[in-house]
Amino acid sequence: MYTLTRPILIFLCLGVAALVLFPLVGSEFYVGLLIRIMILSIFAISLDLLIGYTGLISFGHAAFFGIGGYTLAIFFQDADSINFWIALVLVLSCSALVALLVGWISIRASGVYFIMLTLAFAQMFYYFFFESPDFGGDDGIFLFSKPEILIGSTSLIDLEDEHNFYYFVLAWMVAVYLILSMILKAPFGHVIVAIKANESRVRALGYPVQRYKLVSFVIAGTLAGIAGFLEAAHTGYVTPAYLGWHESGIVMVIVILGGMGTLFGPILGAFVIVLLQDFLPNFTEHWQLLMGGIIIAVVLFLPKGIAGLLYRLSNRLFTSKEYADVSQNSGDTPATVDVREQSL
Amino acid sequence: MDSSFYLIQLLNGIQYGFLLFLVASGLTLIFGIMGIINLAHGSFYMIGSYLAFWFTSLTDNFLYGILLAIPVTLVVGYAVERLAISYLYQRDHLYQVLLTYALILIFNELQRMLWGSDVHSVAVPQAFSGSVQLTENQAYPVYRLLISASCIVIALAMYWVIQKTRLGMTIRAGASNREMVQSLGINVNRLFAVVFSLGVTLAALAGMLAAPVNTVYPGIGDGVLIISFVVVVIGGIGSIKGAFIGAMLIGLADTFGKVLLPEMASMVVYALMALVLFWRPQGLFGKG
Amino acid sequence: MSNLDKAGINRRTVLKGAAGLAAASAIFPSAFAIGGQAKVKVGLLLPYTGTYAKLGTNIKDALELRIQQAGGKLGGREVEFVSIDSEAKPPKAPELTSKLIKKEKVDFLVGPVHSVVGMAMVKMARKDGIITVIPNAGANQLTGSLCAPNIFRTSFSSYQPGFPGGKAILEDGHKRVVLMYWNYGFGKQVAAAFKQSFLPGGGTIVKEIPTPFPKVEFQAYLTEVAALEPDAVFTFYAGGGAVKFVKDYAAAGLNKKIPLYGAGFLTEGVTGAQGAAAEGVRTTLHYADSLDLPANHRFRDAFKKSFGRHADVYAVQGYDAGDLLIQGMNAVQGDTSARAEMIAAMESSTIDSPRGKFTFSKSHNPVQNIYLREVVNGENKVLRTVEEALEDPAEGCKIA
Repeated sequence: MYTLTRPILIFLCLGVAALVLFPLVGSEFYVGLLIRIMILSIFAISLDLLIGYTGLISFGHAAFFGIGGYTLAIFFQDADSINFWIALVLVLSCSALVALLVGWISIRASGVYFIMLTLAFAQMFYYFFFESPDFGGDDGIFLFSKPEILIGSTSLIDLEDEHNFYYFVLAWMVAVYLILSMILKAPFGHVIVAIKANESRVRALGYPVQRYKLVSFVIAGTLAGIAGFLEAAHTGYVTPAYLGWHESGIVMVIVILGGMGTLFGPILGAFVIVLLQDFLPNFTEHWQLLMGGIIIAVVLFLPKGIAGLLYRLSNRLFTSKEYADVSQNSGDTPATVDVREQSL
Repeated sequence: MDSSFYLIQLLNGIQYGFLLFLVASGLTLIFGIMGIINLAHGSFYMIGSYLAFWFTSLTDNFLYGILLAIPVTLVVGYAVERLAISYLYQRDHLYQVLLTYALILIFNELQRMLWGSDVHSVAVPQAFSGSVQLTENQAYPVYRLLISASCIVIALAMYWVIQKTRLGMTIRAGASNREMVQSLGINVNRLFAVVFSLGVTLAALAGMLAAPVNTVYPGIGDGVLIISFVVVVIGGIGSIKGAFIGAMLIGLADTFGKVLLPEMASMVVYALMALVLFWRPQGLFGKG
Repeated sequence: MSNLDKAGINRRTVLKGAAGLAAASAIFPSAFAIGGQAKVKVGLLLPYTGTYAKLGTNIKDALELRIQQAGGKLGGREVEFVSIDSEAKPPKAPELTSKLIKKEKVDFLVGPVHSVVGMAMVKMARKDGIITVIPNAGANQLTGSLCAPNIFRTSFSSYQPGFPGGKAILEDGHKRVVLMYWNYGFGKQVAAAFKQSFLPGGGTIVKEIPTPFPKVEFQAYLTEVAALEPDAVFTFYAGGGAVKFVKDYAAAGLNKKIPLYGAGFLTEGVTGAQGAAAEGVRTTLHYADSLDLPANHRFRDAFKKSFGRHADVYAVQGYDAGDLLIQGMNAVQGDTSARAEMIAAMESSTIDSPRGKFTFSKSHNPVQNIYLREVVNGENKVLRTVEEALEDPAEGCKIA
């Protein structure tokens, strides 16, 4: 587990500040693109809780993203207006419920078998939505209005306006990041990190390991559901492809590329992947070749992903005793959890 | 529907099971035995199909086509392992996910640059183009039986090499404890490169053998990856026997699923996997 | 009726005005004239990678060919194409469409191939009002429940190859039929349209077999077909799936006993790969390579000369999309801001297509002939015209 050093913290604050200011100068297209990136970021952070902290490698995380979107679409496809609060409660409860069910069965297995069980469930949900005549099949479902956030009868913010939606999503991203940071600082967080490092030891200490894993799985699934809900609200459209293994795969790629177990790494990963996809085709028709090359370069030369690079850079720039412990972490061994384990 | 109908469906199921084992055999080696999470399995399969098409059209002979394609895939596999995969053994397995994902992008693009986006077909070799009449209406193509036969040969050979020979023991030992095997004076690096290269070639060989049945088109490898993982995992990782039985189970479940539960045909395979892993979280023949 | 008249008068007056303005600008350079010199941007959202790559490439090439033939200009203005690979991936569709509309600020949107990408794209195009031409995606909704004044289609609705299929198969004397199709939106719509003509005509569906999309393992189903012994089989498969299905059908010996029919895509652009297995397969479509029409010969020769390969139905649809843009832009002398007038001109246009002349329905879908073709020596030969000027019912379309 990484500790957030001061330079990184400053970097993140500057990043958020830049995001806050961006709509004032940025074009309409990039505002839309950033909304998509920030939604993907939420999705990726939620997966980081599983992959980077709990040691549960889910290859079916897109299922919850999709279920979040479909919950909104199914309940409100014929509605003239969408009450945000009702929608939010529905989305939270549906994705949490499904995550509870899938998690309860999947955490019985470990390692690769866990990976495959999560994949199996995601595929079943995918085919369920793809082939069911009631939920739009592969054509998906359209929504014709944006959620309205009402306090009493006055609207708090008009989400039909793209800029407002942008700030709405930005707030969600920051909130999800802060919530997860707090969870990880709490005793619960220490336990799940310890489970990743040495499961049998935590079990021997008397912790109900399975229950901790399940709670982590449900939190991650619910947050992914929120991301899916935001995506559906933004595009006004859901398709079974949201639940497919391609999406599960790409979000995993984003987390690993950005840097597992850092929370902010996956956000960077989402920015880099989507912006490269937007940017590279300007250069060459064969941009996928470039994209593949860049990813390989990251794997080989940036052992801890983009977040690892940031740590290294900040160490070099601000070398002092304060950060000495972090520089030990930037080697190629799994992140240490010594401090955490002592605190148990 | 009389009993002969179900007998033929049984044959279909077994035959599909053979095909699945063949398709998954490369992954059984790379993922099952070596423990590398290889998302590019479908790409290797695709390369095999395209090479078979390419060399067959150059030589006008399917057998020559395959014989020319195999050395190419061996080299591709060896190069990929040496240039990329070999740097990752000491690191978190998840970096293999990232790397092999990048390989998918690269191989897809190369396929497009080299062979374009047309649908191609490879003719079934003349000697095997006949068929066996099963019922008044239905015949069974001899070439499909040939695929089944080659699958049995590959399965037996893999089982023998991995489980019964010294080489197989070394590979298995190397996968579970690299340093130990290295200290015994065995060049693990070269060993792994060779095994990886063989795995790539098996995946490609499946693509070559299936080419005359399947036709060759962009994205042909997409459907292969997930089902191959399912085959390897149901059987239990590291077990050739398990992969074989897993393939058979899926072949039969899929075939009878299509006949008996047509509305849920796509889900049957995944439901089966979930059930198997619920019942045995280590797969059928995995070590607990 | 009176509404129509009014619209007609309005259109004529405005057109007159536009012509007058154009004449005036020839003498006095105006803002409009400067705008008129700027390039027209045509945004293409088509797949150039993956399974549909060939379709996307043919559509793009033929569209550019048509505009080249018209002097490389639209309404007197130079043309710039902005091309984005849709990758046929629905989740990326909103982002890519938005890129064309908002970032590239294109004047026209052309695409896509994939119906589900089409849904997302049309949804954004409706909101923006940009004139959009769909050169392939066949989902009925695109000119049905999602229809809009600014959305045109130069290809087909899934109803169009499906409905005549039922009629053709009955005319050929087959009453008991097994219906097989890929179980996804387009396949289901083709099957539903087939039943709309087949069942009332006195036919019986022995069994309906939806098969998982995009899987190509058909053996279990073929055994069922053999056991059911129907008079004929009607199918919807396309691309790699169509090649595999036709080859498997023949390899199982079924083609000798039970005639195979399908929506035209079954043998479109893939007969080379299917080889002898495709011989005798009959399909319904709005085009055939061998159509003996002057416009078709001209088009096929030009396409072959420019790109060194044979054209196909997808190229035809791209070519006609180009024609439609030309007619629209000529009607307003290149003034893209005159959207309403342009739409009116496009609505009432007649396209002299390689498939035969066609017009547009009120929902902006082609009103076109559907032919029954049979594969003979690897080519789709036209047997007869099953439906003349078939119009899509445009269910749920509010502008119709």
